[in-house]
Amino acid sequence: MAHHDPTSARRRHPQLVVEMTNPDGALVQPTESPQRLVDIVFRLREYGIIVVLVVFIAVTTGLQPRFLGQANIRFILLNATIYALLALGETMVVVSRQVDLSVGSVLGLSAYVSSNLFAQVHGIPIPVVFLAGLGIGLVCGVVNGVITAFARVPGLVVTLATLYIIRGIDISIIGGGEVVASSLPAHFVAIGSDSVVGIPYITMCVAVVIAAGAYYLRSFRPGRELYAIGSNPDAARLVGIPIGRRIFTSFVASGAIAGVAGVLWAAYYGTVDSTAGTGYELTVVTAVVVGGVAIFGGSGSVIGAAFGALLLSSIATALYALNVSPFWDPALDGLLLVLAITLDRGIAVRLAGAMRKLTFRHEP
Amino acid sequence: MNPDPVTAAGASAVAPPLHGAETPVPSPTPGVGEPPPSDTGLAHFSRLRVLARWEVALLAAVVVVFVVGRVVSPQFLTSYNLFDMGISNGELAIMALPMMLIIATGEIDLSVSSTLGLASSLLGLLWMHGWPMPAIIVVVLVCGAVLGAFNGFLVTRVGLPSIAVTIGTMLLYAGIGEILLGSNIVSNFPATYTNIGVYGVPGIGLSYSTVIFFGLAIIFGVVLHFTPFGRSIFAMGANQEAAVFSGIRVKRTKTILYIVSGIICSGAGILYTFKLSTAEYDNGTGLVLSVVAIVLLGGVSIFGGTGSIVGVVFAVLIYSGLLDALLLTGFPQQASGIVIGGLLLLSVLVPSVPEFRSRLRAGRHRLRGQAPEAAIAHSGPVAQMRVTGDSSSKAGQGGQPI
Repeated sequence: MAHHDPTSARRRHPQLVVEMTNPDGALVQPTESPQRLVDIVFRLREYGIIVVLVVFIAVTTGLQPRFLGQANIRFILLNATIYALLALGETMVVVSRQVDLSVGSVLGLSAYVSSNLFAQVHGIPIPVVFLAGLGIGLVCGVVNGVITAFARVPGLVVTLATLYIIRGIDISIIGGGEVVASSLPAHFVAIGSDSVVGIPYITMCVAVVIAAGAYYLRSFRPGRELYAIGSNPDAARLVGIPIGRRIFTSFVASGAIAGVAGVLWAAYYGTVDSTAGTGYELTVVTAVVVGGVAIFGGSGSVIGAAFGALLLSSIATALYALNVSPFWDPALDGLLLVLAITLDRGIAVRLAGAMRKLTFRHEP
Repeated sequence: MNPDPVTAAGASAVAPPLHGAETPVPSPTPGVGEPPPSDTGLAHFSRLRVLARWEVALLAAVVVVFVVGRVVSPQFLTSYNLFDMGISNGELAIMALPMMLIIATGEIDLSVSSTLGLASSLLGLLWMHGWPMPAIIVVVLVCGAVLGAFNGFLVTRVGLPSIAVTIGTMLLYAGIGEILLGSNIVSNFPATYTNIGVYGVPGIGLSYSTVIFFGLAIIFGVVLHFTPFGRSIFAMGANQEAAVFSGIRVKRTKTILYIVSGIICSGAGILYTFKLSTAEYDNGTGLVLSVVAIVLLGGVSIFGGTGSIVGVVFAVLIYSGLLDALLLTGFPQQASGIVIGGLLLLSVLVPSVPEFRSRLRAGRHRLRGQAPEAAIAHSGPVAQMRVTGDSSSKAGQGGQPI
């Protein structure tokens, strides 16, 4: 704490404060403004997950050099891709202090209906199939969004209900049947498995989408407003943010993303039955929270969430590589989540203390 | 940045509706920024009417489900079927009781089904190692208490959001269960215990889990509605700051509830294991969302402060009756999620209709330039403290720190 001494000195000598916080004062160091401090801390949190990931991979590779083999990297990336994509939509919802529990069911429905199109319509172009998945996701997202935003029912409850309803619809459509890889065109299955220089196509596409989403949330007004809503809904309403519309949009986006993720899921796994995507919702929420998104909204980033998904996927693969029983996977994930939120809490408490100190100094 | 004066004001301002909550008020699940409870006697009265309507509606639904069930299938009301219904849903129903109390305090416990699974694994593991059954049961229950205490510690002492904590411990506990038992399947339990899956309670005919559920429901109902401890649960759910300022030991109460939840869910794990006569690590996976759905269907607000045990009991009856009736009529079992989800949606949408209409009316008034009292009352930031109770700690984390 290099700044500790000057701060306390200013607190003891108010006249010094006036001098130091002069509006044109170059004396004020940029790191001392509360906003800068918050920015830095959150960037640290985002980088923190990357550091954890790098350390984890380094340690695992030290123990088992084959962990960084090309095939293994490809496996980890493919595994993380769908979770990371879902985490993008989930982050948009969670930063505005809602949660979308229906993503797993939407993914399952979209995966079945879209891949089943190949059997029903001969020679259907692949982009049309993706559009179908997108459409299913959009419809589900609109339903979630309308009920949450305009009936003002908490998203947790609404999406818990639609989780059941959409899965129920999925099961009634499928019955006992399933789509098998042999009924899918080779081009389509290739989407889920082909790669360039060791990096799968879909991972690259998803990375671009995530980057675009991150940029949007960071730098565009509606994106920033989602953070404002999650940070303090009342303040957001008072400054004129259209809360209902923003929340509606975030649910629609999350649904649409889950719909597309469903098509990718079908291309990746090839076999789709009525259990596709079961339980994904909680894994996605775990990835998002491990990636530094506050569960009650207002902070966190899409990039962090994507790295959270990558970390979870790496852990699962590392257990295989290290010959540890895969039974350890859920326990480690859970432990990681508890550690991550405990750490966040510690940072938040420290930050609140530091901000109080700084704001105190700014008072005349 | 110091929230104290605001909180104090909030506490005093919200005190009257808190008294209003003296009678359990379920229904209108508050959305973010829901119109706050106004403190006029009239509004209080109308809230009471909503309560009456909600529990009466649930009761009507119970009657409808059982009558329709009897009509579509003559087997529905036979003692064998009622036993079967209890066997299928008893553990779920038992876990809904502590969940109701926890949700009423404004928290949530998503680790219940994992606690059940871990209890089942531990039971199987210790039996495999030749422990005597009574000792195993004691150890499993103590283990449940420890699991609950860990949740409670993280939520109350470390101050973490319960939804994130219990998603974490849900994975953690399920994972520990997996590690303990691995791929073993233990099924050589003595018949004295596994008979609970075959025979009902002598003289009643219902399953043991059903009878335990009703017994526990009476205890929980009395504690919740007729003791200071129970009243304090609603108080802290309605307004945590106000509860702290009025001397309620919020942290201790919540910790106790988590411990109770842990014990009861591990007890449910024991019942579950014996009824299937099988200990497996994935026993009970995925039950948690059904438990939450039942509690919310019972009229408990997800934000806490409202609800009643009677409502939860009705919700349990609706849930199990409906599933069973659908099963008897050959409806695909898993697809019954449509019905459960639809009920859950209805249960939150119906109470919000009057509010939605009043909001529309307020909007029209505002257009005409005459703001009705309601609109003014709704815009008071202090009165909305309940909804955003924790926002003071997070203010400034967004783009624009205040």
